[in-house]
Amino acid sequence: MPKELMNKQDIDRAVTRMAHEILEKNKGMDRLCLVGIQRGGVYLAQRLAAKIKQIEKKDIPVGVLDIAFYRDDLNIRKEQPVVRRTEILCEVTDLKIVLVDDVLFTGRSIRAAMDALIDIGRPSLIQLAVLVDRGHRELPIKADYVGKNIPTSLSETVVVRFEEEGLEDRVVLEKTSQGQPDNA
Amino acid sequence: MNVLIKNGHVLDPSQGIDGPGDILIEAGIIKEIKTGDALARDEGAKRESGSGASGIRTIDAGGLLIVPGLIDMHVHLREPGFEYKETIRTGTLAAVKGGFTTVCCMPNTSPVNDHASVTEFIIRKAKQEGHCTVHPIGAITKGQRGEELAEIGTMKSEGCIAFSDDGQPVMNSTVMRRALEYSKAFNVPVISHSEDLTLSEGGVMNEGLIAVTLGLRGIPAEAEQVMIFRDILLAELTGGRLHIAHVSTAGSVNLVREAKKRGINVTAETCPHYFSVTEDAVRGYSTNAKVNPPLRTSRDVEAIKEGLTDGTIDVIATDHAPHHADEKSRPFDMAPFGISGLETALGLSLGLVEEGILTRNQLVERLTVNPARILGLGKGTLTAGSEAELVVIDEKREYEVKAEEFLSKGRNTPFDGRVLKGMPVFTICKGKIYEW
Amino acid sequence: MLNSKDLLGIKELTEQEILLILDTAAGFKDIIGRDIKKVPTLRGKTTVNLFFEPSTRTRTSFELAAKRLSTDVVNFSVPTSSVVKGESLLDTVLTVQALGADFIIIRHSSSGAPHLISRKLRASIINAGDGTNEHPTQALLDAFTIKEKKGKIGGLDIAIVGDIAHSRVAKSNIYCLTKLGANVRLIGPPTLIPKEIEDLGVGVFHNMEDGIRDADVLMMLRIQTERQDKGFFPSTEEYSKNWCLTSDRITLVKDNAIVMHPGPMNRGIEIVSEIADGPRSVILEQVTNGIAVRMAVMYLLAGVKR
Repeated sequence: MPKELMNKQDIDRAVTRMAHEILEKNKGMDRLCLVGIQRGGVYLAQRLAAKIKQIEKKDIPVGVLDIAFYRDDLNIRKEQPVVRRTEILCEVTDLKIVLVDDVLFTGRSIRAAMDALIDIGRPSLIQLAVLVDRGHRELPIKADYVGKNIPTSLSETVVVRFEEEGLEDRVVLEKTSQGQPDNA
Repeated sequence: MNVLIKNGHVLDPSQGIDGPGDILIEAGIIKEIKTGDALARDEGAKRESGSGASGIRTIDAGGLLIVPGLIDMHVHLREPGFEYKETIRTGTLAAVKGGFTTVCCMPNTSPVNDHASVTEFIIRKAKQEGHCTVHPIGAITKGQRGEELAEIGTMKSEGCIAFSDDGQPVMNSTVMRRALEYSKAFNVPVISHSEDLTLSEGGVMNEGLIAVTLGLRGIPAEAEQVMIFRDILLAELTGGRLHIAHVSTAGSVNLVREAKKRGINVTAETCPHYFSVTEDAVRGYSTNAKVNPPLRTSRDVEAIKEGLTDGTIDVIATDHAPHHADEKSRPFDMAPFGISGLETALGLSLGLVEEGILTRNQLVERLTVNPARILGLGKGTLTAGSEAELVVIDEKREYEVKAEEFLSKGRNTPFDGRVLKGMPVFTICKGKIYEW
Repeated sequence: MLNSKDLLGIKELTEQEILLILDTAAGFKDIIGRDIKKVPTLRGKTTVNLFFEPSTRTRTSFELAAKRLSTDVVNFSVPTSSVVKGESLLDTVLTVQALGADFIIIRHSSSGAPHLISRKLRASIINAGDGTNEHPTQALLDAFTIKEKKGKIGGLDIAIVGDIAHSRVAKSNIYCLTKLGANVRLIGPPTLIPKEIEDLGVGVFHNMEDGIRDADVLMMLRIQTERQDKGFFPSTEEYSKNWCLTSDRITLVKDNAIVMHPGPMNRGIEIVSEIADGPRSVILEQVTNGIAVRMAVMYLLAGVKR
């Protein structure tokens, strides 16, 4: 039985808070760009951009990044990851990029995303915003903005469901039979 | 060799025998066949005296069919010159396994059998090492180049029983005409590999949709038919004896049928693959299905069967063409043409009896009586006084074709894995009994 | 997911597999538009280009695709190899695999050569053209180009003009475009279009004007003098007169029709320069798309479990 960790309201409040934190830490949105990691991070980045627009009354560029080509686990995955589009609408070089993902787990996805970004250009700095940090890092990666810290065990998986995919906004905890699920 | 074969069903069309019978062989000659009443009387007599004299082997052929040894008038024994593909020894061993006690070998060896010296070599080798009788077929033209006639008369004296440039057609019509005319002096048939090379050029399988989708060059049926038509007209013109090798198409069967109706002296043969498998077998680029003439369509298969039933096609011969496995492992267009057929012929041919295409009698005619007649061999018969060449067949035995177990060096067959019914149990020839 | 470790032909692909390749290629096209045109995806793998027939553009395209996926690439051309010494095809490819090849991209003059070796090797075999059978990656990049330009393939009227009988590009395109629902027309002299080909669900025209009228896509094929025997048509002049894409004939197609050619072009024989270099021509984009499509093919084949 999946256990609910955050409901629609919880998620919305967290996103609002994170939007404020991003603007606070970066002293505004000058030279700032959000880049969502396919797929969960993309919806999140779009919502953060909407909140930021509410606050600053201006559009912030939102890019989309697919990390399939940069993964380090292609040989051991059961199924080949589907390749999706990459569209970084901002000129990465000399910009401040906030990478956005739904769940931070081992940190390997973020490493792949950073490799991809750096192959695209030379950002002046990269920050990381995640909705959920579930612990169990395997690389020295830290999120700058966290919606909620949720300690988990390796036999569990955290799933974020999005309205944009036709489901109700929820963060749930499910049991898996073995270690590494999709969110890494 | 002294043998008594008892309790079998004897099928000898030459004597009109088709029923239970015992065959007694003494010193390698058929002494007598006892059938019907004579059989019943004898059984009573034997029970009193105790059966069999000493020194005679008795074979119980209960439930088995006994026929005259099969005659394959179209095989490639590859020796001299291509011993890595097959030798006279291995080829004839495969032949007896298949129930053949006589084979006729084509001259496309190296050197070509276009001279009495090569004929002599083949006959001598066959006497020493051959497991069955071998009659060489000599080349029509020197080197099979289709230009000058070979010494047909001398070669016949040395032992050639027919002449063919098989592997090649005789493209030049005048040369073919001369061959048919000249052969009359020696009363030998001219066996034609009928193929118009200009129509078949570069082709590797039957022309049609499958060839298009596989990207392989096709050989149209017309390449065979155009040449058969020409050969028939030349036979009519000259009065020579024409035998058409490996007929494969519906159109070809029609041409031969019409020619026979007009009274032209023409006979024809087909091979088991032309009534057992179609061009579909090439799919996946299977070189074991690469043969010349190529495997055709199901419509052609039907026509071949009709030709066998109504006697248009007189003979079933194998065109046994063994090749080394390495050669057949090449890309399709680079692999040589040919199917190793001696060890599957009988099983496939018995299938025609199962299907009702031929009666058993007719089958035996196509496999022994007719070839013997066409070639002027006094064989295909179990008449008393004939050399003992016969086959004991178990018609009911089912088995899976296993190319890797072939006695022939050539394992190139499209029938690997197919289940056939009917195989020889004993083959008797050249004073020996082979047991399978 | 692709069903086979090899790409031997379009005949062997389902519509779903074709669409998967095209979708994946879109992702790779983004990569090759960047400054750093490389991704580490297949790092450590080895690609061998085994070309028994001369080719610059296809081989280079595959080489670039393989390098942009970070594989190591080795080119193995016939004149410089031991094949000339009589080594069989099978021996050559087994040697290549023993050297550690993960991908073998093969072009051979015998139809079915890739199929022969795919049965014997663990490596992924990609057919870069076998005899007159198929050239699957060409058809895939052609389909990708059409889809990009026209938004769809199903329902389009697509005319292929030229030596259909000897063109593996034509065959692969016929299979691919019919599988994706296009109306395919073949145009050329009767001696260059096999009579059985209508059974594949295509229309056949010998009159160029009738054939290209209102077409959405024109695919011109090179007249292959090196593959055909003489005698299929009397002269290139007569061929051109009847089947060359000229400025007059081009007015018959739809307004927004595109013109394609797999290259290299015989300018003036099958297509005039004004059109080859003109606004309808997508010939150069085909080349660019070729790299993305080939990257997609290699990426997807790498994911097939042995």
